[in-house]
Amino acid sequence: MKILVCISNVPDTTSKITFTDNNTALNTTGIQYIINPYDEIALARAVELAGNGQGTITVIHVGEAAADPTIRKALAIGADDAVRVDARPRDAWFVANQIASYAKTQDFDLILTGRESIDFNGSLVQGYIAELLNIPSISIAKKLDINDMSATVEREIEGGKEVVQVPLPVVVGTAEGVAEPKIPNMRGIMSARSKPLEIIAAVDVPALSQITHYDTPPPRGNVKLVDKDDIAQLVELLHSEAKVI
Amino acid sequence: MAILVYIENTAGAFKKSGYEAVSYAKAIGDLTGQPVHALSIGKVDPVSLQHIGRYGVSKVVEVNTEQLHQFVNQAYAAVIAEVAKNIQATTIVLSNSFSGKGLAPRVAVKLDAALADGAITLPTIKGDTWEIKKSAFSGKAIATQELTAPVKVIALTPNTMEATEAQTTVEIETFQPSVSATDLSTIIKDIVQATDKIPLPEANIVVSAGRGLKGPENWRMIEELADVLGAATACSKPVSDAGWRPHEEHVGQTGLAVSPNLYIAIGISGAIQHLAGVSSSKTIVVINNDPEAPFFKVADYGIVGDAFDIVPKLIDAFKAYKNH
Ligand SMILES: Cc1cc2nc3c(=O)[nH]c(=O)nc-3n(C[C@H](O)[C@H](O)[C@H](O)COP(=O)(O)OP(=O)(O)OC[C@H]3O[C@@H](n4cnc5c(N)ncnc54)[C@H](O)[C@@H]3O)c2cc1C
Ligand SMILES: Nc1ncnc2c1ncn2[C@@H]1O[C@H](COP(=O)(O)O)[C@@H](O)[C@H]1O
Repeated sequence: MKILVCISNVPDTTSKITFTDNNTALNTTGIQYIINPYDEIALARAVELAGNGQGTITVIHVGEAAADPTIRKALAIGADDAVRVDARPRDAWFVANQIASYAKTQDFDLILTGRESIDFNGSLVQGYIAELLNIPSISIAKKLDINDMSATVEREIEGGKEVVQVPLPVVVGTAEGVAEPKIPNMRGIMSARSKPLEIIAAVDVPALSQITHYDTPPPRGNVKLVDKDDIAQLVELLHSEAKVI
Repeated sequence: MAILVYIENTAGAFKKSGYEAVSYAKAIGDLTGQPVHALSIGKVDPVSLQHIGRYGVSKVVEVNTEQLHQFVNQAYAAVIAEVAKNIQATTIVLSNSFSGKGLAPRVAVKLDAALADGAITLPTIKGDTWEIKKSAFSGKAIATQELTAPVKVIALTPNTMEATEAQTTVEIETFQPSVSATDLSTIIKDIVQATDKIPLPEANIVVSAGRGLKGPENWRMIEELADVLGAATACSKPVSDAGWRPHEEHVGQTGLAVSPNLYIAIGISGAIQHLAGVSSSKTIVVINNDPEAPFFKVADYGIVGDAFDIVPKLIDAFKAYKNH
């Protein structure tokens, strides 16, 4: 089984987010980049599924050389080789086109992404890739098993879950529950250095949309404290001031 | 040119987020002067179909083919794109729900459209260029996205636009789509729906609790408070990691992002990763025995005190309010 895991490089969850150039670009000063947490889950499941020589794992990242440490970490966790499409990841549409165009030259049985990247929270890349390749996709997978060229996936739906079976190849967006993220061990870190990292050029993708600027959400006013012995006051405030009950 | 809005259903009834999408599409229709068509796919009861008229949309396309009674994103996307082409829609609106996330990019590819995912505002229309805002960096920023392609797909974040009523009569047209076998390769084996509960992403009020509650046995009062308020329950990540509550309830950066009218956080410290999933709530109430808990910095109302003392009193106070 050939597995492709899509890795996105995102600001660490505790990063303070500010903007530069008149609020048109993220201020990357002091920001620590990490593997998107959901992609770690995808990678961990791929390592389990490909275990005992049952498959190979390629990781792909669309981005600039600054992301190479993130890619090496993915190799240390257990991917066999890596591909970096050398371009600024403009948006999900651009990224998905790069990944789909690479995937067309290979025969992947399973393409894994995270359910969403924690920077733009789009959940778009996987649907785009699947449609560009004309194959099925399942978003927000909570469990993923592979048997005889078909995937059984538990997917989250509003107020419940759904179990679906789908033939390979398929694109699956993984969420919590699919696997526990793996921490690279010493052997992994050593071997990652010599694993192949291929750098390929980007294909042209016409822009259909773009982000023009950012705002920081308006700060909330100071908290109004209600005395713990006067709970009725809170109910009154929620009713007549906040108007939410 | 026209606007097409796809309305999601569960078990034969349209979702609240679906009606929000209808109302949003109607508002775009008012801005652009274009007619709005609503699309229903699957088996939906006739009363619900008529109900669409309440939100000002009179033209309804109903696709009720047996093969499409269960949601398969590939097939549904094909149907949406086919209907959009038929009515020459240049704007397609759907919900940014769990299913909608799987649909929107596929529909956009089929129609060479620009996609505004997670829209939280109506578009600002500057000729062919539309500007729409969305939340980014897990609620730490709001991004303005400019859609330049002639065809636009907009996935509306649930709970951001209220469905406004504008009664009209509904004309239903049944449509037989041409769905291919490849689009239907996904088979639904089982659906487990907690029907008696309010789905967290759609809830107007969310009662959420954290490690301050000490153990799973103490959630009875949280559920009771939620019951009184007609709220959904949620929790912090360590709580679901410990198995005190199901994973579906976990909100935050690695869980669900919610934006209810009212979020009540009980015994939750307010870590940045937790706030990422809840900071776009309209009103936040925090109950915590530590006056220094970071959550108070982003709260609208707070009570400093012991949850075990306050929650029962809160239940009584809300009950009194309801009976009033
Ligand atoms: C990559 C990453 C992703 C993460 N994603 C998420 C996420 O999606 N969601 C999430 O929630 N967390 C997430 N976390 C974890 C997060 O950092 C916090 O650890 C977590 O939110 C803390 O949960 P808590 O507030 O329930 O527990 P604690 O931090 O232990 O807080 C408990 C609170 O309860 C209060 N308390 C104690 N007793 C009482 C009482 N009797 N009455 C009232 N108050 C009381 C305490 O004062 C304290 O403020 C993530 C962390 C990382 C590193
Ligand atoms: N620049 C990128 N390179 C490779 N994969 C990516 C990139 N950006 C996003 N992805 C993948 O797409 C998933 C969803 O991202 P998004 O659609 O941006 O929320 C991520 O979890 C990754 O698996």
